[in-house]
Amino acid sequence: MKLTRKTGLRSLAVGAIAVSSALVLTACGSDNNSGSSSPSGGASNAAASIKCGSKANLLASGSTAQKNAMDVWVKNYMQACSGTQINYKPTGSGAGVTEFLQGSTAFAGSDSALKPEEITKSKAVCKGGEGVDLPMVGGPIAVGYNLPGVDNLVLDAPTLAKIFDSKIKTWDDPAIKKLNPNAKLPSTSIQAFHRSDESGTTDNFTKYLKGAAPSDWSYSGGKAWQAQGGQSAPQSSGVAAQVKQTNGAIGYFELSYATASNIPTVKIDTGASAPVAATSDAASKAIADAKIVGTGSDLALKLNYATKAEGAYPITLVTYEIACDKGNKPDTLDATKAFLNYVASDDGQKGLSSQGYAPLPAEIATKVRSTISSLS
Amino acid sequence: MDIVSTSGEHPPPSRQPAATRLGDRVFLGLSRGSGILLLVIMAAIAVFLTVRAIHAISLDHSNFFTTYEWNASLNPPSFGIAVLAYGTLVSSLIAMLIAVPISVGIALFITHYAPRRLASPLAYLVDLLAAVPSIVYGLWGGLYLVPHLQGLNLWLNDYLSWTGVFHKSDPNSAARSLFTVGILLAIMIVPIITNVTREVFRQVPKAHEEAALALGATRWEVVRMSVLPFARSGIISASMLGLGRALGETMAVATVLSASPVLTQRLLDPVGGTFAQNIAAKFAEADNFGRDALIASGLVLFVITLLVNGAARLIIARRREYSGAAL
Repeated sequence: MKLTRKTGLRSLAVGAIAVSSALVLTACGSDNNSGSSSPSGGASNAAASIKCGSKANLLASGSTAQKNAMDVWVKNYMQACSGTQINYKPTGSGAGVTEFLQGSTAFAGSDSALKPEEITKSKAVCKGGEGVDLPMVGGPIAVGYNLPGVDNLVLDAPTLAKIFDSKIKTWDDPAIKKLNPNAKLPSTSIQAFHRSDESGTTDNFTKYLKGAAPSDWSYSGGKAWQAQGGQSAPQSSGVAAQVKQTNGAIGYFELSYATASNIPTVKIDTGASAPVAATSDAASKAIADAKIVGTGSDLALKLNYATKAEGAYPITLVTYEIACDKGNKPDTLDATKAFLNYVASDDGQKGLSSQGYAPLPAEIATKVRSTISSLS
Repeated sequence: MDIVSTSGEHPPPSRQPAATRLGDRVFLGLSRGSGILLLVIMAAIAVFLTVRAIHAISLDHSNFFTTYEWNASLNPPSFGIAVLAYGTLVSSLIAMLIAVPISVGIALFITHYAPRRLASPLAYLVDLLAAVPSIVYGLWGGLYLVPHLQGLNLWLNDYLSWTGVFHKSDPNSAARSLFTVGILLAIMIVPIITNVTREVFRQVPKAHEEAALALGATRWEVVRMSVLPFARSGIISASMLGLGRALGETMAVATVLSASPVLTQRLLDPVGGTFAQNIAAKFAEADNFGRDALIASGLVLFVITLLVNGAARLIIARRREYSGAAL
């Protein structure tokens, strides 16, 4: 009897050690993943210019691509406007839109504009109105590579398409040599990485390939990767980690992941006078070249992927906040408008570039602000 | 004589007074309720899965069972489970091939070979492994196991590529394959199988072993003649428990496997997918329809698990004559 009790105690103790060490391990793991992309910049003097709305409890959810920007905005707004609680859950765009359409959130963040059938559905939640897309956060999708000894790699859309479609298999392929006459390209085989989960990043990256190199990219596009071959990893952090550790790798992810892990990124030969590097400024220039395709107060954008504008980086992603144009819930309307107004303001947009996002170009930001003011 | 006649005239005495007492009735109700609750939950899961799944499958633009790709968000949607079913079964099979012999070995060592002072710490250690969350296995697998398996992969490719199974299409690609997943799953299910098997080995009647020893058997012969036959059904049950975890494992697979819709017998290629991994990867960005489609794949996994368990039950039933558990 005594013996069994003792062993029981001992196993408990051992179990406790196991659980706690496991917790420590997981903590390390999650630390690693979010890593240095955690919010930091832009927090300082923004508070002064925030116009607070009435106190409310704002629930929102959606795009993970916006998460770091949202974290900073939410923190600044809540510091300036005590009494308002904002909770943005980065659940993914699909889940965010679903929750918004069920009426459980004040607004959603999404990597893609509402589909026609989703707009129809939104009429049930927005009494007398419908859901509208407000472009809010842009960002360059960087193409990172791991090729020791090769800096300043330049590629164009057809070459990228062929690499990610496994048509170009080694780094010393003539097509790559032609774009990089001075680089010492090894004969290493190319390990192209894509996302294993569905994501707006994949959607935008393949839209670019299709838009800029239609004859080399035959897939229809969408959130799921469709081309054959290549390897995959979950989340941008997973792709970045694989590119970082695999010799001969190439992969696509938001710029912040490349900066955080020190991964060199490809310059894109767009046909402009010089190849364009993935930077926030260059992405803003590409967004300025976009057309508004939304109707009414909807501001959905269509990027011009084949843009030849000087210094415009064409692989760019625009994410939206989605709210009702009319028929927002009365108790959260004022706070939603105040928060979104701050987000779209110059102060709100200014802090973005330090985190690898691209601020909205002035012309579009103005339209977004006037639409936000008209929400009811 | 007297006893026989009374028990023939009256209903079994143990039953009647038991049913009349309050405590017994409450207990009967509670245990019956628990049993019914289990059935209700199972039925509810099955109905939920079936209803949502049928809706999704009816709108699938391609054959649900033979299509490789999973593109539920396309218009028209086109998705299928061929790669997922193959990947799930193959990775679990690899895991079982590795884990079952090792687990039985560990359990035998702990119960029959190891000195007492070594046996109990070893047993704790194995149980400890079962407490590690699967995401930790996933991180370890992705950051440590994958790079370190590259050498084994190249060796297999060099010497065994003639089998077709161990041919690696691109020797430079990382070892993020179904083969690696199988090894990782094996490590994850060893503690479960070991734990249950160990308990079964402890149940072997001392008399059986002593009888074998008395007949002049060596230790190995004792194990072979009295321990293993007695424990066979227990080992199968333990393996099924482990298989259940391997079939449904999500995070570790999603972290390690390079998923893509390619079905190949080349186990070292970084391609493939499993049901649970696919659900984890696609769920966050899926709309309502996409979720229904994923639920349909969940239903298939549910059915596969039922079939595998049913097959195990059959095996146990056929082996019952050897087993003391049937008594």
